[in-house]
Amino acid sequence: MATDYSKYLRMEKLPLYWCPGCGNGTILKAMITAIDELGWQNDDIMMVSGIGCSSRATGYVDFHTIHTLHGRAVPVATAIKMCHPDMHVIVFSGDGDSTAIGGNHFIHACRRNIDLTVIIVDNWIYGMTGGQYSPLTPTGTKASTMPRGNIDPNFDIAELAKGAGATFVARSSVADPMILKNYIKKGLSHKGMSVIDALSNCHIQWGRRNKYGDPVKLVDLIKERTVTKAKAAKMSEEELKGKYVTGILYEDTAKKEYTQAYKELVEKAQNE
Amino acid sequence: MAFHYELRFAGIGGQGNMLAGAIIAEAAIFFENKYATQVPTYTSQVRGGPTKADIIISDEPIYFAESTHINFFLALDQRTYNLYKGDTLDGAIVLVDSGLVEVPDEDRAKWDVYEYPIIRTAKYEVGNVITANILSVGMTGELTQIMSLDNIFKAVEKRVPPAFLELNEKAFKMGVDIAKKLKAEKGK
Amino acid sequence: MSKAQIMNGNELVSEAAIAAGCRFYAGYPITPSSEIPEHLSKRMPEVGGVFVQFEDEIASCMAAVGASYAGYKSMTASSGPGISLKQEAIGLACMMELPLVVVNVMRGGPSTGLPTRVSQADLMQARWGTHGDHMIIAVAPETLLETYTETIRAFNMAEKYRTPVYILTDAVLAHLNGRVELPDPSTLEIIDRTQPSVPPEEYNPYDVERFGEVPPLPNKENFHDYRFHMTGLNKDKTGFPTVNKEAVEADEERMITKITGNIKDIESFEYYKMDDAQLVIFAYGTNAAAARVAVDEAREAGIKAGMFRPITVWPFPEKQVAEIGKNFDKMIVSEINLGQMLYEVERATKGNIEISTVLQAAGVPIRPQQILDKMKEVL
Repeated sequence: MATDYSKYLRMEKLPLYWCPGCGNGTILKAMITAIDELGWQNDDIMMVSGIGCSSRATGYVDFHTIHTLHGRAVPVATAIKMCHPDMHVIVFSGDGDSTAIGGNHFIHACRRNIDLTVIIVDNWIYGMTGGQYSPLTPTGTKASTMPRGNIDPNFDIAELAKGAGATFVARSSVADPMILKNYIKKGLSHKGMSVIDALSNCHIQWGRRNKYGDPVKLVDLIKERTVTKAKAAKMSEEELKGKYVTGILYEDTAKKEYTQAYKELVEKAQNE
Repeated sequence: MAFHYELRFAGIGGQGNMLAGAIIAEAAIFFENKYATQVPTYTSQVRGGPTKADIIISDEPIYFAESTHINFFLALDQRTYNLYKGDTLDGAIVLVDSGLVEVPDEDRAKWDVYEYPIIRTAKYEVGNVITANILSVGMTGELTQIMSLDNIFKAVEKRVPPAFLELNEKAFKMGVDIAKKLKAEKGK
Repeated sequence: MSKAQIMNGNELVSEAAIAAGCRFYAGYPITPSSEIPEHLSKRMPEVGGVFVQFEDEIASCMAAVGASYAGYKSMTASSGPGISLKQEAIGLACMMELPLVVVNVMRGGPSTGLPTRVSQADLMQARWGTHGDHMIIAVAPETLLETYTETIRAFNMAEKYRTPVYILTDAVLAHLNGRVELPDPSTLEIIDRTQPSVPPEEYNPYDVERFGEVPPLPNKENFHDYRFHMTGLNKDKTGFPTVNKEAVEADEERMITKITGNIKDIESFEYYKMDDAQLVIFAYGTNAAAARVAVDEAREAGIKAGMFRPITVWPFPEKQVAEIGKNFDKMIVSEINLGQMLYEVERATKGNIEISTVLQAAGVPIRPQQILDKMKEVL
């Protein structure tokens, strides 16, 4: 059955503020479709964002929404989840927001394994502020603050999240919206910290500086750069250079979730 | 005039002076129904740095809690003795660890000085160096006579872990006896 | 009912927070405020509240803002360097108009400064620490009991005016152990944010026309049913961003006047032996204790001294200080810094009074004798 998007969107806030062809819309649609398939009610969903193009998403969805400060969505989401453990708490964030200025908060939420779903719109650039390089801007490519090509190595968000203690880690891209939707759905259902690295196209701020100003061409590039986990297993290290491995990359259902651990602590304190 | 008494316990972080000060203040509040304050001063070095605890006991509410007119000064370390003795009143009682603090002659002339190897005694005669502060509390109680020794000991009981109560009782009583002996030597 | 207890300032802030209904604390360790999280880590689970030690000061304050949005009364505490880091979140609470209590146990500074020593050097930081035009409420208790009662008042004002409120204590008050007799909890006035009386679909978090200058804000029980949006951007009545000149201007002004327009309710101060005074001491926080002793000693020596003590230090007691400027000849401003509220006193008294100072930024309290000596010097 087709999704009735009007149930989840604040229709009066449309059209979206994003550039035509932006991957943000695709990822937002994947998230809404996943929520619809899960049958969740708007009142039960809390969506938190920081600052950046993708962070404006909280204005469009008809859930509980809070548009916070740059990098700070995760501690706000952590607090709300601690206050209302029964609510579904989603963070919608950019690569700069979550791994640069918010990097410390991000890894510590992973470590706690608190039941948040963090969807990272990974478009390799700071879009809103004008194309400055982020920790995910591919090395060698141009940005407004790397006019001669980026000399910084990148984070691997999935490895970072896994290493820090997140218990559900997946990666997909706007080139595979159905698969992306499935991963988001699995992440939403997972009890614990779930991280979805959603590769996206910023053909304006990254693309135009790197000969990918056309959104279709850039989505094709993303498609080219992604390889499934199964395929990657058969590839050499050399062949995997510059590629993004997609799939459900890590899943652990044994580690205790943080609000559960806190609930047990409260019980212990009250029975002393 | 209303009762007002100021003390200062000075030493090195880790010697237990903060707790000793808290016990004196608690004895005054809980068991003598007086006003009392204890304000600690220490460095960012929690252990090993110079520390002091100022204690004020009064019949009236206390506003300014730093001891500025000291009636009783205890020092378990030379550096803090030198650093914090300045506010001690003429004629005040001064108790130092004789193994660690050397009292200059001009100080002896001003103050009623008592010297005893407190830390050594705690270690070898009570049997545990951590009891030095309770030994000091016992000596303080006997030397100052500001509260009943029973009430001070009640505050000790309230603060020390039950497993260490017996040891601390030994330290407290030994402190009282030592102070009595020192007073007797002075003909007091 | 009351019973004598021995507690220090940090414990009293913590217990008062619980009595005021605070059920969310987020913090990060820092001297000399660490006993607050230590105490609340034990107490919060006992009362069914939330305690989280976060990865840093920024996260702690953001979490406290998030909890407030989610309907909880929340608090964070720190000292100088940590308060510097919390500033962006305090600004967010100003803009979102969320109740928040921030404790600053003041220590020497700038920078790492004197971690274990007393100061009152963060007064201007409290007023202007976060960027942008904004108003702030700050209280500065003098004694242990007042630390308790002012903490309760801080929560009440935060809830009533949907605004951050600072409690400014210091390293001395934090670690001062003394006798306190706490009021019976049933006698305390506890104020909670007003609750929307309209159905959820009609609720807007900043609908001033409909609800008055401080609109209702869902508490934790109502949070689930009332869905709304908040942002750190300048907002309209619905909580969504706006750049409309008139809307922004009205909102910016209201965020200030909701506090300054209710100054009678927010202000708190003490005139101590002022009636026949030849000389007025201006002092606040723990330093007022030294000033009080100095006034008493001065009177014993035949000097008619008095003290004016603001308890609500922000907004500044403009009117009262201006009156003092007109009615008295000499004033001594004393604070444990190199002169901060001094600027406000000078501004408010407009040259009508001769002002001297006893200022000190040395990590030790100003002693009554120093103030007494200054009195003798100026008379």
